[in-house]
Amino acid sequence: MYHYDQYDHQLAAERVAQFSDQVRRRLSGELREDEFRVLRLQNGLYHQVHGYMLRIAVPYGLVSAGQVRTIAHIARKYDRGYGHLTTRQNIQFNWIKLQDVPEIFAELARAELHATQTSGSCIRGITSDEFAGVARDEIVDPRPYAEILRQWSTFHPEFAYLPRKFKIAISGGGEDRAATGVHDIGLRVVKNEQGEVGFRVLVGGGLGRTPVVGTAISDFVPWQHALTYLESIVRVYNEYGRRDNAYKARIKILVKALGIEEFRRQVEADWEFTKGGAMTVTEEELKRVAAFFAPHDYAQLLAIDAGVERLQRENKAFSNWLRRNVKPHKAPGYAIVLLSLKKLGVAPGDITADQLDAVAALSERFSFGEVRVTHMQNLVLADVRQSDLIELWQEVAKLGLATPNIGLLTDVICCPGSDFCSLANARSIPLAQEIANRFDDFDYLHDIGDIELNISGCINACAHHHVGHIGILGVDKNGENRYQISIGGAQGNDVRLGQIIGSSFSAAETPEVIASLLDLYVRERHEGERFVDTVHRLGVQPFKEHVYKTATAVSLGLADEAAAHAESLVASYDDPYFSPRF
Amino acid sequence: MIVKNQNIVDDDWIVLRLNENDTPEGVAVPSGKVIVPLKVWQAQREQLQARADIGVWLDSDERAEELQGDLQRFAVIAVNFPKFADGRGYSIAHQLRVRLGYRGELRAIGDVLRDQMFYMKRVGFDAFQPRADKDIHAVLKGLSDFSVCYQASTDEALPLFRRVQRGGVA
Repeated sequence: MYHYDQYDHQLAAERVAQFSDQVRRRLSGELREDEFRVLRLQNGLYHQVHGYMLRIAVPYGLVSAGQVRTIAHIARKYDRGYGHLTTRQNIQFNWIKLQDVPEIFAELARAELHATQTSGSCIRGITSDEFAGVARDEIVDPRPYAEILRQWSTFHPEFAYLPRKFKIAISGGGEDRAATGVHDIGLRVVKNEQGEVGFRVLVGGGLGRTPVVGTAISDFVPWQHALTYLESIVRVYNEYGRRDNAYKARIKILVKALGIEEFRRQVEADWEFTKGGAMTVTEEELKRVAAFFAPHDYAQLLAIDAGVERLQRENKAFSNWLRRNVKPHKAPGYAIVLLSLKKLGVAPGDITADQLDAVAALSERFSFGEVRVTHMQNLVLADVRQSDLIELWQEVAKLGLATPNIGLLTDVICCPGSDFCSLANARSIPLAQEIANRFDDFDYLHDIGDIELNISGCINACAHHHVGHIGILGVDKNGENRYQISIGGAQGNDVRLGQIIGSSFSAAETPEVIASLLDLYVRERHEGERFVDTVHRLGVQPFKEHVYKTATAVSLGLADEAAAHAESLVASYDDPYFSPRF
Repeated sequence: MIVKNQNIVDDDWIVLRLNENDTPEGVAVPSGKVIVPLKVWQAQREQLQARADIGVWLDSDERAEELQGDLQRFAVIAVNFPKFADGRGYSIAHQLRVRLGYRGELRAIGDVLRDQMFYMKRVGFDAFQPRADKDIHAVLKGLSDFSVCYQASTDEALPLFRRVQRGGVA
């Protein structure tokens, strides 16, 4: 993975000094809150329900064992001993004290970590494919380009005060595992007929209040020209994006207003002045950065391990884990292992400092000392020998990270919701827990198979509910948490937005509605057909009818106990979340 | 006093701002060194172009290209930041410096604060008129927040990867 050179270190240290001084001036009153707010946001510092929330960047989801230990240390020393992984492959802490932030930043910088541009109206951290470099379907490893983009966007002087946040994702897989279609700019690394590498550039995708799938602005931008081309896109956005209404300020609104042809014309007219200029990436720079991502020194191994095969036959728990949490690797005899952070009783994406330390040690023992964060809020050890799988499985099981549910219903993608986030309208974590409780039968979950359930506590859609096979949006109706359900959304190559099935449900009804959707799926599915494919084949209507026919019965049938329980779910923040860790 | 080329210097330019009842055609441009709004320049060009001591300022919703062909007429061009978080002025500066090749004084006016000045300097501003309530000596420090930059911009013709030998895999 990438390592800082003296220049990266110097910049990181100067950023720490700059922000430390800004914190000092804020604490002394020299800076007003409205002046400071923008500065702290560009350093990943939000003001949330419990105080300051700090979002630490995990550029394109890749961290070293040492960095994981630093994050664990920060969780222990400055927070409450755990962190939360986000859908943008970052990690955040919820009880940070402003006075501690300079010291935290200094510790991060020493570990080649930072919180720069994880928030604010600027170019945010670049996200990418969690299986980059190891996936079998990969066309080009996107990580060197992601790092080049990271450096380009870091402290970019022209684009620090955009109309709104700006998110870029890059994927080099045959399958898009970075949700490039729902980013302000989505990049697919491709090869042209001559075998040259370039980018297919999508623009104007995004979720939130106005979900839009991105449109191709160029089918092939040679890699050398990527930075100047992206600068032109962001420049046109900076000049013409709306600034009068935060809800209409994202680039998607500008692209819609101008139309893609006119937007493209303006971008290309601007590009005329910079194309081929100093920001053109050199062969030498690409080589330098790419060398950091060279394939590991893989051993020559047999494709299949006999011991693993034997235990797979004999042990159902291991077999389930292999089936769900282990993915094929491009190198024979190796495997990609996912660590599930979706254990019953734990908030989706939460991880304790002790678990982080243990994962760091496991990565050193089994996976070249590297860990990845997925946009579905799990962790990855990407380079594990198949012959180590049994031992690794036993170790991760001890840590509570071996729940065999990757890609299943309980692998819920979930935002922090109103337990933590001041923007949220509804709680999302307790609902995720209710769903996990309701569907705790692994045989049933495995039978239902691949399905993505996304829960966002507000329209900002941090959990990407629009592209969930089942998407849940929390809304506030006269002080009550209600949940609107959509189905048929999908990420990946066939990205599409889900359709809302109808009026909202209470927290207690929602798991039953999901059960009802699944009932119809089980009844109607063809052999091997996923839930989302059945929805696409049949349309939303039959599901809608089925749900509302049964939902009334569910509501009426609620026992007093269940009703009381439903009440407790929508209680206020006085009792934030139920975890024993609080 | 303004910050110019990293120093605090006296300044005798007046920035003309239109009041509610003023029109670009009708407003009286005082004598002496005046920086007029773009609209006033466009409306009173006949009279103003004879004067040697005229500057012009662009607001954040105006375009640098409006000044194409006139750049050499101004002793100073200013860009107004109505709010410090309105980042259009950075692209206006880029367009003036890169697209139009303007080499004269480029001054940031309006809600100009210490913590934005480093980026302003990078994109081509060389003069700063900080907001009146701020201590100009403190503001000056904002120009030296960083000593290294990744990107090329007006202040550095080359990006870091073309400028230095960067570290590779050990």
